[in-house]
Amino acid sequence: MTRPLRDVWADTLIEVASEDPRVLVLDGDLATSTRADRFASAHPDRFYEMGIAEQGMVGTAVGLAAMGFVPWLSSFAVFFTHRALDQVRMAVAQTHANVKIGAAYAGVQTGFTGKTHLDVQDLTIMRAMPGMTVLAPGDATECAAMVRWATATPGPVYLRLGREGGPDIVPPDYEFVPGRVLRLRDGTDVVLMSTGQQTARTLAAAGLLAADGIEAGVLHVPSLKPVDADAIAGAAATAPLIVTTEEHTVVGGLGSLVAEIVTRAQPRRVEAIGIDDEWGESAPNAWLLERFGLTPDRIADRVSRTLAASVSA
Amino acid sequence: MSGPAEGAGEAVPGRDADLEALARRGRLLVIESVARAGAGHVGGPLSAMDLLIALYFQVLRIDPSRPDWPERDRFILSKGHASIGLYVAMALRGYLPVDELRTFDAAGTRLQGHPDMTRLPGLDTSTGSLGQGLSIGVGMAMGARRLGLDNHTWVLLGDGEMQEGQVWEAIPVAAKYGLGNLTAIIDRNGLQQYGWPLRPGERHRGDRRDPFGEVAVRQAFEAFGWRVLEIDGHDMGEILAACGDARSTGAGAVPTAILARTVKGRGFSFTEGTFEWHSRVATMAEAEAARAEIGEVVP
Repeated sequence: MTRPLRDVWADTLIEVASEDPRVLVLDGDLATSTRADRFASAHPDRFYEMGIAEQGMVGTAVGLAAMGFVPWLSSFAVFFTHRALDQVRMAVAQTHANVKIGAAYAGVQTGFTGKTHLDVQDLTIMRAMPGMTVLAPGDATECAAMVRWATATPGPVYLRLGREGGPDIVPPDYEFVPGRVLRLRDGTDVVLMSTGQQTARTLAAAGLLAADGIEAGVLHVPSLKPVDADAIAGAAATAPLIVTTEEHTVVGGLGSLVAEIVTRAQPRRVEAIGIDDEWGESAPNAWLLERFGLTPDRIADRVSRTLAASVSA
Repeated sequence: MSGPAEGAGEAVPGRDADLEALARRGRLLVIESVARAGAGHVGGPLSAMDLLIALYFQVLRIDPSRPDWPERDRFILSKGHASIGLYVAMALRGYLPVDELRTFDAAGTRLQGHPDMTRLPGLDTSTGSLGQGLSIGVGMAMGARRLGLDNHTWVLLGDGEMQEGQVWEAIPVAAKYGLGNLTAIIDRNGLQQYGWPLRPGERHRGDRRDPFGEVAVRQAFEAFGWRVLEIDGHDMGEILAACGDARSTGAGAVPTAILARTVKGRGFSFTEGTFEWHSRVATMAEAEAARAEIGEVVP
């Protein structure tokens, strides 16, 4: 079990800021949740509290970026993708501003915040922004690598951060390459494609399927934009069925992305597992994952049933 | 450090040019450009024209030949729909050929309907969705402080735009971070696109209600820790004095708001004080009438 991604985000930024004087952190008064408070303690002169005012915070970051700084923003995903979306769109994305969005509390595991805070539309929204890099790290190692890459690379980045920790899925010497997809397991009965921390549960599902004699390949898609479409099409060619899983709505997220690619390049059936056009609710994380069919058991069951149905059809 | 006159080219009027004549010519270029394009806004660019001319010819520390000069003043037209006013001021100052104003809103133009910094060098940011400019200016002023620059950041807002909540996110933050190097200029032309009708017997400056006519805007800024200067936004002497005063506080901790009282559609008899000219497109005949009213030979 690795550290929560929010912890990794803050701790990596503390290191990066020591090396790169351009790095600043702006917080929308959620620092104790996003762990930006750690950065504030380590680098008090590099931290700006912006108050409960996300739109102003995004705009201020654009101004700082224009002056040559690399501002990282601290708030919940939902406040970037919904409340401050106009600012992210016009001032950040349309000008290709060097602003880095640390989108904490993304996905369903948001600690009893309920439907108001639970953001499962963020990838859909951010992926529709021309020029925006959209990243969803699968574990702590990948998260740290993404923070370093994003800081060093000009242009806007949306970094989807889960609140919780999870199993390691990439090796310790992992190097992040934008767009690259990672084949984590081979198998030709079905290819499972996943993003973010959902990939660990998807790998576990592949293990359950193997026990039932189903060989599932697993592809991790940490970079939704840009994305290596050829690699996804190539993986799709290796099996008759693609199943995508994401801690996110199936409307416009990874499932849609994969479907867009394979319908163009390598037609395959794509079964999308995710939140099926519903709002979330307050509940324990495990309960929410179960409810939305995102646990290893539920994924394996859905894959088995889909395969059986396609055979009988 | 270079002075304000730095970079004034031979081919364009310098800092001593007749600002009022430039503003008159600018107003004509606005209405002609809009008429030619069949699109754009008239009332807001005309109300802000004296401010824009004063800024681009005397106030801003800029160099049109080096639009990315790091130590330049930053200027943000937060009321981005007044873009043609900004393009005119920039053209007259030498950032682009005056002839290029003919491409306003045309296919492939650098002169987009709302200012696009990815198209036109010299724009410090892109604006259009209202209320965003002051926050960006806050960031630029913060960044300038961190870099030890003695430049100044200027943001021109509309008064209707002050209805946007984001403006009121930026105002307290600018004071909290002690940004004496930031000045907000409010173009108080008293009208917006549609707004509210006058009540029976009520008289305002224009033919609709003044968006902030009954609001103590000065006191609001002061309550948040700003210094406020109130001027006639069509009096070059008052504009230059206020901007000089604002710049002189650059090293201090108090941001300045200049409340510039203006007339929407200023400059032509048929555009002044009428809300419909916010975004009404002038006909070529109206542009001709405007030229006749200017009453002098302009190129």
